[in-house]
Amino acid sequence: MLRHAEPVMGTVFSFAVRDPGPGTEPALRRIVERLHRIDAVFSTYRPESDISRLGRGELALADCDPEVRTVLAACREVAAETDGHFTERPGGRLDPSGWVKGWAVEEAAGLLRASGARQYCVSGGGDVQTSGGPWRIGVADPRQPGRLTAVLSGGDLAVATSGTAERGAHILDPHTGRPADGLLSLTLVGAPGTGIARTDAWATAAFAMGPDRALAWAARRPGIEALAVLPDGTKRWTPGLPGHLPPSGPADWQLAASWGQGPLSSALTLPGALSTPSSARIRPCSEASAGDGSSSNSRSRSAWSRR
Amino acid sequence: MRRAVVTSAATAAGVVLLLSLKPHQSAGNAPMISSGAGAGSDSGSASAATGPGSGTASGSGAGGATGTVSSPSAAPVPASGGATRKVSGDTVNTRYGPVQVQVTLAGSRITAVDVVKYPTEDRRDREINGNALPVLNQEAISAQSAQIDAVSGATYTSDGYVRSLQSALDRAKG
Repeated sequence: MLRHAEPVMGTVFSFAVRDPGPGTEPALRRIVERLHRIDAVFSTYRPESDISRLGRGELALADCDPEVRTVLAACREVAAETDGHFTERPGGRLDPSGWVKGWAVEEAAGLLRASGARQYCVSGGGDVQTSGGPWRIGVADPRQPGRLTAVLSGGDLAVATSGTAERGAHILDPHTGRPADGLLSLTLVGAPGTGIARTDAWATAAFAMGPDRALAWAARRPGIEALAVLPDGTKRWTPGLPGHLPPSGPADWQLAASWGQGPLSSALTLPGALSTPSSARIRPCSEASAGDGSSSNSRSRSAWSRR
Repeated sequence: MRRAVVTSAATAAGVVLLLSLKPHQSAGNAPMISSGAGAGSDSGSASAATGPGSGTASGSGAGGATGTVSSPSAAPVPASGGATRKVSGDTVNTRYGPVQVQVTLAGSRITAVDVVKYPTEDRRDREINGNALPVLNQEAISAQSAQIDAVSGATYTSDGYVRSLQSALDRAKG
């Protein structure tokens, strides 16, 4: 496995390539150049960047790097797709970063692919695009640095998380202008072909929506799944998210009866020594216990209607 | 092998066990949630998972005081030494219907967890629920045991990266 980490855009981009070939390292050099170029054009922290000058009115859009126009158009698309929960002008200031970072990851992934790589994983500060696989992507626990709140597995995944753990309440709800505070983190898993640029921007928008709207919104998007961590640590997710969990795995996942919101979906752990990491699975019993008298119940059917 | 498979069903089975074997502790309005005492993880456990239908349902509390547990009738089948025994939990009424789980123990080890009562007896529903049972770990996960390739999280700064799991992964060989 070839790994590389590149500080750029105020964060660090990480690359892992499982099938490096002769073209991989040159591709990584091109990618690094590309990322720094994107940063030079789009950084809001650089007074001389095209975006900063455009925002100050010192540069006309027509005189900007041609990609500025493309990026701003993409931002408007995302705004329309998310009921206005995304904007390239958060707080009134031109700042398309909500699109640019994920887009940069997608650009990097595309350059790796063009170099012949098929098994790679690119992360831009925590927004991840994989190819091939399966890859195992941990979702950071927003309340416990260094720990994970879930592990997702699969190939060709786009996984993006928006949250407050690293930079505080920095995501504004465009509708109120105030920092969104209904969530600690919101993770989206993109449908195949969605790409990390859109997945990342959508995650930002969904974070601004708050948990109820975000989950409902994600559930309506075919193939998009969401995992929300609420301020009290409660986790909620869309019905299809478990499909991204490892099929069988070590201690990172386990069973819990969580088809509903009842007590059984509550989380707990068994105290003591029974927590040996190993695969864990539940074996549906072939026979229900007799005499329980439970009758059929259509509610669960509707609850799983997306399956 | 079977044992190896299931010793680890502990957390989930713990859900069941705690629900079923300690109902007297959660009598009254005590929440059905119990954090993993001694498990070394402090906060992640006291949370309620709200799965399917999310976004549409009204807020579920953390499971407490909903009066959904039936009488604490679960009684471990008498065990002889380290022999295998089966413990059935109470039937718990979830919003989708009654659920009952049976845990098989060899000595103190959980060797199997069976759902013996599903929210509905409909075959299709049972199949769906069976497939859906493995869900997210409710505990914070130790990154060391998770064997991950990358981490998705809120965007770290360059400084934050230094302390991040991702930086540890990037430093790792292979």
